[in-house]
Amino acid sequence: MARHRQKYQKMQYRRYTRSRAGNFFFFFILILGGLFMVLPLFYCVVTSLKPLDELLIFPPRFTVNRPTLENYRVLGALLSNLEVPLSRYVFNSLFITVASTFLSILASSMAAFVFSKSKIKGRKVLFGIVQAMLLYNAVTLAVPQYLIFCKMHIIDSYLAYILPAIPSSVGCFLMKQFIDSNIPDTLLEAARIDGAGIFRMYRSIIMPLIKPAWMTVLLFGFQAMWSAVPSGTVVSEELKTLPYVMSSVSAGGIARTGSAMAITVLLMIPPILVFIITQSNVLETMSSSGIKE
Amino acid sequence: MGRMVKWGKAWLARRGISGETFACYLILLPFMGLFFLFNILPVLSSIVLSFFDYDMVSAPIFTGLDNYVRMFTGDQVFLKVVGTTLRFAIVAGPASYLLSFFLAWMINEFSPRVRVFLTLIFYVPALVGNGYFIWQILFSGDSYAYLNNLLLSFGLITEPIQWFQDTAYNFTVIMIVQFWMSMGVSFLANIAGLQNVNTDLYEAGTIDGIRNRWQELWYITLPSMKSILLFSAVMQIQAVFSISSVIQTLAGYPSVNNSVDTLVSYISDVGITRYELGYASALSVFLFLMVLFVRYIIGGLLNLVGKSDH
Repeated sequence: MARHRQKYQKMQYRRYTRSRAGNFFFFFILILGGLFMVLPLFYCVVTSLKPLDELLIFPPRFTVNRPTLENYRVLGALLSNLEVPLSRYVFNSLFITVASTFLSILASSMAAFVFSKSKIKGRKVLFGIVQAMLLYNAVTLAVPQYLIFCKMHIIDSYLAYILPAIPSSVGCFLMKQFIDSNIPDTLLEAARIDGAGIFRMYRSIIMPLIKPAWMTVLLFGFQAMWSAVPSGTVVSEELKTLPYVMSSVSAGGIARTGSAMAITVLLMIPPILVFIITQSNVLETMSSSGIKE
Repeated sequence: MGRMVKWGKAWLARRGISGETFACYLILLPFMGLFFLFNILPVLSSIVLSFFDYDMVSAPIFTGLDNYVRMFTGDQVFLKVVGTTLRFAIVAGPASYLLSFFLAWMINEFSPRVRVFLTLIFYVPALVGNGYFIWQILFSGDSYAYLNNLLLSFGLITEPIQWFQDTAYNFTVIMIVQFWMSMGVSFLANIAGLQNVNTDLYEAGTIDGIRNRWQELWYITLPSMKSILLFSAVMQIQAVFSISSVIQTLAGYPSVNNSVDTLVSYISDVGITRYELGYASALSVFLFLMVLFVRYIIGGLLNLVGKSDH
């Protein structure tokens, strides 16, 4: 009850500063914007539910009269005569996503801990470089990275996906900012007095307390790797990923539009689920993401 | 093994490095090692290669500033793609940045549950990554495609428009698709930042004479989330200067008359398709300097936020 009252009092300022016309304007803009965002995806879902005769209607319609799951059922047959069984693509996508995200969380949280709390020489310069790399374009890294892959002999292997995805500058940056604003130095000082070393502090204090930050790295890592299409670094068919299958299905012409949409819808679901699960943690992390100059 | 550890400890002690410092370097190593290998090393090699002529087959030849001179004097396509990149950056950059803030600001007015729902709605296009090909169907060039058919049936146009090929339209159409996808990390950061503004400040503000939400925005909200605004600006700048795969998918590469090709697409064309690694490196260095320059201008502008004229 008391908390309710407090919340009510805190909202009092709105009485004076919110005009009805303004509220109406906001509502209007949000509805328009929301429709613009959702309609293309909605069209995608609707098309995936259309039976063949409705797919062939011109002009295409935004609605479906007799929804069917046929396109999804056909998908299994359509993908069974691929060179490599579908399960292999599913495994590839899952494996590289899980492995790189997990390792990225581990590596960037350890580095973020050192950047935030230690006094070692060079940490400011190194973190400055990480922060500057937020601006560097990933595409322009591709060519020199290719040369490095060649030298390391990891062309055409899982490592070509996983290794470069581990040192994510956004991930490390967000974790460092989160530790800065959420873990007081006194906590670590107390642990040090109790005889805890660096590894112990990392494992028993930092890791459990920065769960929101690792959920955030999880979301961004998942999102990036789930839509990863092999570039020149992976050529073997059995190492390719699900988005690659999607593009080969949608290349099949008008009759396959329904199936192409069906697989697109299926691929959209996992990132959305991950976001729904992680969203409160992500927002908590982002609130400490500021860059101070 | 035991002897090695002992020897190592003695070596560290002689150099005045404590065990704890050593442990710090040790747990920094996995990240920094890979970061050096896949980020710093490529950047450094780009800088070095930009002074060479290198095609991956024969040995690199030192050519001094030739690559940079070639950019500005002998390469018409370069000037065109830089123009397009800047055009995207100047139109889509500020617009999507402001939009990501204002949408977050409007969403912030709602109760927590509605807020989560609205956040998801606006974030979904950026979240699902490669959904942008749906726009290809809506904007296809034949008379049966969605938009053309709609416009034809209303009599607004007399023949179908090639949305992605016609240079009168393709820039605008791609901009729309880009907008659709631009509510990403910076949008989330803005939402989070807004929720964290101390509500006591708003109350104090109404007592101090703030009468509408716009004043509240300028005098309280914006100044208290300046650092978040800089972070979201950094993410948005990076995104807007790297627009390439969307355009390559929708309009093809090269597009008609290079009308909508960006610098990033051009760099991968020069480097990956034509194997002119030296020149591609010089182009990437130029791109990075340009992005860095913009980032510091925005940083300066954000310092003006919340200041009144009188």
